[in-house]
Amino acid sequence: MRLFVSEGAPGSLPVLAAAGRAQGRAELLISTVGPEECVVPFLTRPKVPVLQLDSGNYLFSTSAICRYFFLLSGWEQDDLTNQWLEWEATELQPALSAALYYLVVQGKKGEDVFSPVRRALTHIDHSLSRRSCPFLAGETESLADIVLWGALYPLLQDPAYLPEELGALHSWFQTLSSQEPCQRAAETVLKQQGVLALRPYLQKQPQPSFLEGRAVSNEPEEEELATLSEEEIAMAVAAWEKGLESLPPVQPQQNPVLPVAGEKNVLITSALPYVNNVPHLGNIIGCVLSADVFARYSRLRQWNTLYLCGTDEYGTATETKAMEEGLTPQEICDKYHVIHADIYRWFNISFDIFGRTTTPQQTKITQDIFQRLVARGFVLQDTVEQLRCEHCARFLADRFVEGMCPFCGYEEARGDQCDKCGKLINAIELKKPQCKVCRSCPVVKSSRHLFLDLPKLGKPLEEWLEKTLPGSDWTPNARFIIRSWLRDGLKPRCITRDLKWGTPVPLEGFEDKVFYVWFDATIGYLSITANYTDQWEKWWKNPEQVSLYQFMAKDNVPFHGLVFPCSALGAEDNYTLVSHLIATEYLNYEDGKFSKSRGVGVFGDMAQDTGIPADIWRFYLLYIRPEGQDSAFSWTDMLLKNNSELLNNLGNFINRAGMFVSKFFGGFVPEMVLTSDDRRLLAHVTLELQHYHQLLEKVRIRDALRSILTISRHGNQYIQVNEPWKRIKGSEADRQRAGTVTGLAVNIAALLSIMLQPYMPTVSPLFQKLENDQIESLRQRFSGGQAKAPPKPAAVETMTTAGPQQIQVLMDEVTKQGNTVRELKAQKADKNQVAAEVAKLLDLKKQLALAEGKPLETPKGKKKK
Amino acid sequence: MAAAAELTLLEKCLGLSKGNKYSAQGERQIPVLQTNNGPSLTGLTTIAAHLVQQANKEYLLGSTAEEKAVVQQWLEYRVTQVDGHSSKDDIRTVLKDLNSYLEDKVYLTGYNFTLADILLYYGLHRFIVDLTVQEKEKYLNVSRWFCHIQHYPGIRQHLSSVVFIKNRLYTNSH
Repeated sequence: MRLFVSEGAPGSLPVLAAAGRAQGRAELLISTVGPEECVVPFLTRPKVPVLQLDSGNYLFSTSAICRYFFLLSGWEQDDLTNQWLEWEATELQPALSAALYYLVVQGKKGEDVFSPVRRALTHIDHSLSRRSCPFLAGETESLADIVLWGALYPLLQDPAYLPEELGALHSWFQTLSSQEPCQRAAETVLKQQGVLALRPYLQKQPQPSFLEGRAVSNEPEEEELATLSEEEIAMAVAAWEKGLESLPPVQPQQNPVLPVAGEKNVLITSALPYVNNVPHLGNIIGCVLSADVFARYSRLRQWNTLYLCGTDEYGTATETKAMEEGLTPQEICDKYHVIHADIYRWFNISFDIFGRTTTPQQTKITQDIFQRLVARGFVLQDTVEQLRCEHCARFLADRFVEGMCPFCGYEEARGDQCDKCGKLINAIELKKPQCKVCRSCPVVKSSRHLFLDLPKLGKPLEEWLEKTLPGSDWTPNARFIIRSWLRDGLKPRCITRDLKWGTPVPLEGFEDKVFYVWFDATIGYLSITANYTDQWEKWWKNPEQVSLYQFMAKDNVPFHGLVFPCSALGAEDNYTLVSHLIATEYLNYEDGKFSKSRGVGVFGDMAQDTGIPADIWRFYLLYIRPEGQDSAFSWTDMLLKNNSELLNNLGNFINRAGMFVSKFFGGFVPEMVLTSDDRRLLAHVTLELQHYHQLLEKVRIRDALRSILTISRHGNQYIQVNEPWKRIKGSEADRQRAGTVTGLAVNIAALLSIMLQPYMPTVSPLFQKLENDQIESLRQRFSGGQAKAPPKPAAVETMTTAGPQQIQVLMDEVTKQGNTVRELKAQKADKNQVAAEVAKLLDLKKQLALAEGKPLETPKGKKKK
Repeated sequence: MAAAAELTLLEKCLGLSKGNKYSAQGERQIPVLQTNNGPSLTGLTTIAAHLVQQANKEYLLGSTAEEKAVVQQWLEYRVTQVDGHSSKDDIRTVLKDLNSYLEDKVYLTGYNFTLADILLYYGLHRFIVDLTVQEKEKYLNVSRWFCHIQHYPGIRQHLSSVVFIKNRLYTNSH
């Protein structure tokens, strides 16, 4: 036989390394040909290396040549080797040729070269370390090792592309590279020039087409699929069999909720929305909704949980608004507080209390903290130049004055910011300033103000941060913002304003001033709690036993992570400080920003009018939660996510599980006899459940939602593969199998309903009957109890109830049937079969049209030739 | 055709009664077989070869060293060349090369029917049904081979039967 090779062709490496195996079995001649020479008569494109056999036949695949040499030596093929070789041809080679092309032809380096192969290398490393075998297919070196080694050698011989953390890959590669046949092959092919020896050959090859974006698929899920160990399966099955008794007893919720020594006590706050604005979707997901998911989860875990929020009511903006609407500030607050409360009620936000900042408690606690700060010397006085309207006899706060922007000349710039150029303005710099109320020209007057001496509080603050941050769940953006504030140096911050609508300053000479909102707004959490229970100090002066989780958008981080902690530390009254500061990025609306003034975007009160149930809104907003980076609300995406994830995945699974149990088993969970497949499924579900807990404990709300969807995907696949609707009509064994599959599915559905509860807490069109009291009984059943456990009918009748649900079910089926037809057509299946499926589809569409009350679409008549 | 559906077809033509369950992995929907005793198997040709052994029909993987290597070579060709590309040009090259290869062969290994014939038939089906009469005539050897395989007992199943005309219509075209 004759081997054709070409200078610098990487395929020569494994072939030459494997050739030794065939020694003594057949005579091997080696010919060198040019890189563009067509050796194989029937192949259009040149290919080397090629082995011409004595029969005249050609082997033109590198792996096949190596395999042949191994077969000659008496080696027998096995599944594992086949798997490695198929993986090498379909996954490794495309990635590797991209990397080599970058490195050798384009002269790139580092990450550019490494990133295409990272996943493949990690896969090899994991496989080696998981099996804890020195070689790919067992204890001895074999075909798979030679083929992969040969493919990888040109890249990995440069240590830069063999990271230390891939330890198993590292030692495997070193072992093989030091063996004599491999060493010789390497010398022959690379001629000690390293990877550049491949250049003449690779330059002549067409640019490899590699699928970009493949690297970002949801690989982790699949990775886990493969790593299920026997122990994990055994543990999952043991947990399933243990049943109800392993559950902790359900504890009734206390009223009021108070922390208990020795238990986990979770205090959750959501940033206080400014009262005279209607919150938009970004505000809702940024704090109240995110905090709500965590609060509900925390209650499910039976941690003592207090979730509070309220409206932030003091300040200039309220006074301005009051003037605009001809009401008193108090009336404005009363009016808008109700609007806020209604919106959050509609979104099913589970506040223990939704309070407000305009209460006597607020005054009392704020003044107390202030007095303590004064007594400890953390408050300074200084004079500030401000605009004063002599006509109205008062100092004009930022928003009470308008004028020409000193930067761009815009006529209607506000006292704090120009709407046109966006620059921040110091009110006294405005040209032609006007009092917004009486339109007369204000004069510059100086006014005494109080300052919080942040520089003096810097040291206790840093000590506290050093103690708190490591090991906490502060989001990275929050850490970053606090670090940059500290780096820029703390400056005294003014804490008073010349307003009437605010918490009065209890100090002589300051009777006509109030506290600036950013000093007292964060104190609102304390006063709202104080209005909830007179034992509020058990929560707020109990840092040892209470974990404080504060949710907000990132613009609020300085006040919660820096200013309030400084006030609280300076007051020296053992306040509970934020343990976990959870800041989101921003949510954009379609391609732009939400804008209250421009009316762009969906605001809380409008969401109710869309006819889309609150739970769907919750699901979608949580699915796109700006966790780690900005995200955008998009209507089309919402439709897509709802239809694909909620309906076709989650809804479909829960519906089917419930439907089978009520249709085939009269609503009783049938007896279950687990097979090894079922046990594996249990282990997969358990793994995802653990994942869900880990993520939610770290407040990674969006990521945890993915675990729920993964479980229902497992469930769908399980039903699809086991076809209980067919087996129920079969033999006794088939019927028993159908029972097991249905029972397991409905138990998983019950688990999902609990996992989903923090995200979608109420009656939604899809999960309606799996809610409330029945959740409890289903939850108990899932923990292993079967039909003998409480024989309450399992509860799914979703199909037969109200219209919208039916429509959704039908739409779902139309989509599914449409896919079936398309698939068959793509397969060029028999005409009769296609026609039958099409008829089913048309029938479904008709039912849907009837259900929606639409006129029937007449089928578009295709002209037949 | 989805890989799982193809493997189900293969199970039937191998006479395996108990249907296996397949999941699909990643964007390319690579089939995964969860075996009861041992780790899962991933990849179309890997699982196919496993099924052949399960059915005790090892001869479908080739009898001699040469035949075994040739079978595996065409299986690799199937998943890298036939599945890997679907542009018209790529498929034309595949058909041209195969046509030339099959000029003196009944089956891919020569004289013995193997797994390579089955999987290449399944993989090419979607392209062959779309060929015009003229193209079928142009790739005459592929047509002859394909027609032969689709009539092999138990292979085609629900796939549509592709019609090949016995008399040549375009005798002057090549």
